Amino acid sequence: MSSPVAARFVGSAVHRKEDRRLLTGHGQYVADASAPRMVHAAFLRSEHAKARLNSVNIEAALSAPGVVAVYLWSDFHEKFGEAWHAMLGQELVVPPPLAIMDVRYVGDPIALVIAESRALAEDACGLIEVDYEAEQATVDYATAAADGNVVHAAWGLPSNVMVDMPFTPMSPDLDETFNSVQHVVETTIIQNRYLCVPMETRGVLASWVPGLEELDLIVSTQSVHETRNFFARYLGLDEGAVRVSARDVGGGFGQKMFVFREECAVVLATKLLGRPVKWIEDRLENLTSAGHSRNELGKVRMAISADGIIEAITVDHVADVGAYTPCPAVMDPTLLPGPYRIPRLGFSTQMVWTNTMGKAAYRGPWMFETTAREMAIDIAARQIGMDPAELRRRNLLSLAELPFTSPGGKVFQEITPLETLEQALGMLGYEEFRKEQAEAREQGRWLGVGICVYVEPTSMEQATLGTEGATIRIDSNGKVVAYLSTSSHGQSVETTMAQIIADDLGVAYDDVTVVQGDTQSTPYGPGTGGSRTAVIAGGAAHDAAVAVRDKVLAIAAHMMEAAPEDLQIAEGVIAVRGTPDRSLTMKEVATQAYTNAHTLPGDVGSGLEATIRFKPTRFPTWSNATHVCVVEIDPDTFIPRILRYIVSEDCGKMINPQVVEGQIFGGVVQGLGGVLYEDFRYDPDGNPQTTTFLDYLLPTTGETPLIEIGHIESVSTTNPGGFKGMGEGGAIGAHAAVANAVGDALAHLGVNVTSTPLGPEDIFQLVQASQKERA
Amino acid sequence: MNDRTRVRLTVNGHAEQVEVEPRAILADVLRDNLGLTGTHLACEHGVCGACTVLIDGEAARSCLVFAVQAEGASITTVEGIAPDGGLSPVQEAMRDCHGLQCGFCTPGIVVSMTAYLNTHPNPSDADLKEAMSGNLCRCTGYQGILAAARQAADRMNASS
Ligand code: FES
Ligand code: FES
Repeated sequence: MSSPVAARFVGSAVHRKEDRRLLTGHGQYVADASAPRMVHAAFLRSEHAKARLNSVNIEAALSAPGVVAVYLWSDFHEKFGEAWHAMLGQELVVPPPLAIMDVRYVGDPIALVIAESRALAEDACGLIEVDYEAEQATVDYATAAADGNVVHAAWGLPSNVMVDMPFTPMSPDLDETFNSVQHVVETTIIQNRYLCVPMETRGVLASWVPGLEELDLIVSTQSVHETRNFFARYLGLDEGAVRVSARDVGGGFGQKMFVFREECAVVLATKLLGRPVKWIEDRLENLTSAGHSRNELGKVRMAISADGIIEAITVDHVADVGAYTPCPAVMDPTLLPGPYRIPRLGFSTQMVWTNTMGKAAYRGPWMFETTAREMAIDIAARQIGMDPAELRRRNLLSLAELPFTSPGGKVFQEITPLETLEQALGMLGYEEFRKEQAEAREQGRWLGVGICVYVEPTSMEQATLGTEGATIRIDSNGKVVAYLSTSSHGQSVETTMAQIIADDLGVAYDDVTVVQGDTQSTPYGPGTGGSRTAVIAGGAAHDAAVAVRDKVLAIAAHMMEAAPEDLQIAEGVIAVRGTPDRSLTMKEVATQAYTNAHTLPGDVGSGLEATIRFKPTRFPTWSNATHVCVVEIDPDTFIPRILRYIVSEDCGKMINPQVVEGQIFGGVVQGLGGVLYEDFRYDPDGNPQTTTFLDYLLPTTGETPLIEIGHIESVSTTNPGGFKGMGEGGAIGAHAAVANAVGDALAHLGVNVTSTPLGPEDIFQLVQASQKERA
Repeated sequence: MNDRTRVRLTVNGHAEQVEVEPRAILADVLRDNLGLTGTHLACEHGVCGACTVLIDGEAARSCLVFAVQAEGASITTVEGIAPDGGLSPVQEAMRDCHGLQCGFCTPGIVVSMTAYLNTHPNPSDADLKEAMSGNLCRCTGYQGILAAARQAADRMNASS
């Protein structure tokens, strides 16, 4: 049977539904919300990386103008219950809302001041006297495991090691292979600490209504439902007594996936006060206290045959999780071989605590496997005297040889690694570039090209992540409302989901309204993150729309005395195929369903609404891309400048090409920022050094290159639309591509680039060191 | 907090009077006293540009201006950029070119771009890059923003 509808919107760059309100200043972010009798919160935070709290004197603060309350740990003690997220498990508890007896990083919250305005709350913070007894902090994660200064000594922990997984060979003949191959390459790759930095900081407006015994939260979050479930457990309430909403969220990138201790403190404050409490974080807090990311290193070894076949790869990996980690997401070592035909793998992993801000998820949280492998491949290519593109070409998987099971147990299908490499190299004109580079070197110009190829596990299944839900309803006027489980924070979800739904129902895109980010009206969802919306929420939207369409057709068939399979829907009109004069509008069908349901036979009268949960046919849904970057480094100032940036990507069928490209652009600029401009630094005592936008440098239009994108489409079979996730890829691929380009530009000077950041000062140091070595 | 000062402003064409503390910044007064929450604060230290408004036609960072300094001034916020119920050429171009994702930086981008194009009718691409370099955006990688600036410049030129 042919489909009763024809796709019109999926695949096209329709205007975004979000844009009108956001462009005219009518977005609704948490800072824009208020409530009657609302008061404002500010935190007093630790100035020491590690110290005992001998005393905290709040008397002056309590009598300061406008102050309503000042809370310490003792006020919150025993006022809350379980503090864990379903996605992370019960073991990983959110740290106490305020410091108990000691502080463990600069920014550790000590007191919460509630006042009639934010300015008055901040004034009163300045009146709190803290008597610290400073202790030696542990800051360098590379040496933290052996450091006798234990971050969590107060908990009686013996060392700074949180997780220690000894070396695990995934292939029995690993040693043999390293002993017998032509080339063994060994290099230690270090990725610097950089952060999500959403332009909207964290924030929450928490209202406990005494008498009603309900908690209402408006919060800047990537997951309203998990926030609701968390606080129901935290306060021992039924989930139905907690409402969490977030209409507009100003970016998250992983940071806002989980509940933070600050939000816990604000919720406890509203509960104790019985007044709405609002906390809007400032930028200093966001940079120092809202979760830090990357900051991992790995000693990579590769066994390579005489003809450039990579026979084995191993890594000894260390990750910094800071003092308290909101989400200990570090590299996935089983992904280390990436989209290559590498048959053997081994790895060890160590996660260590330091007296710094804790690890948070950030766009591709497992991505150090890509950075480590791709930077090591460039080192290897140079060592064995092969062009880095050629070394990749000889080892990359291509679509025709899939499925392929990697030594890490990943089953790859429907990806195009070699195909994207060739497309990206073609877009650059790789051979010509090599000639141009050689000529430029003659003239004393330092040009370099960097490549990064990766595979991205999207729409993963862990814990809560396997499904999304959609409720779709045709309203009494024949218009469509979709209630989705998503929590969009910039991903254009209202737009892309409406495109899918409009096509499946045969209605106009403008006739679909999408509601999300409100636990009171939408089905449960684990949150928007992990590149899962197109695949999983898209599947739910599709299935629910089809279910509603069947109801429309059944009612229309009854009304027109036709068979449902003889009907088609186009532009909101249901007609009998081949007899266009026999037709009904969606509104006529809706009127029948809402106001005359009793005249319909059997279950045809069961309304125009359906709720579906969707689960992909398998996990994950793989997507892939190749990034190619060209840089020029000024030999006098050592300033690197990106001349070209090319991405060839395969995210399957695109719902909206403009949205896909927007996601890639944003991810790439975050990734290149992390190499060239962004670097969160502590001094050896654990004092943050980059606490404003004047020190923590985000890329601007001035530094950002034009990004060129090529698409390859291998359709996914995990979901009805053929989509693949792609929200994180840009940020995954850019780091190694840019670092490798800098490395290539400096290679003729004998420099090996194995660590980031790579600002002018870093490049200067590398060049100096190699000149010294050569002299 | 009792010594408040009266400030008179014209905001988006409406005469307004507010009683403010001397230390109140213009952004807070627009948002909290006048309910114009389109103006966003993303750093409060003058770097990100999210809080940009027009003061007597010129772009200014409202997190760095005390409300009392704006006495007698005419302010345009993002809410006042659009013609009634519609979108300005800059706003249309931002929508056409996908110049926004989460939308948090967007009010500052719209106001800065409008101010620049009002006074620079024939910008080169390099001029536009330079002109927009004072506004941070974490979502878009600036590709759509620069494309929008180009489109808006060309359309405003064609229609003038
Ligand atoms: S909030 Fe004013 S410049 Fe950032
Ligand atoms: S659109 Fe999100 S910060 Fe610019």
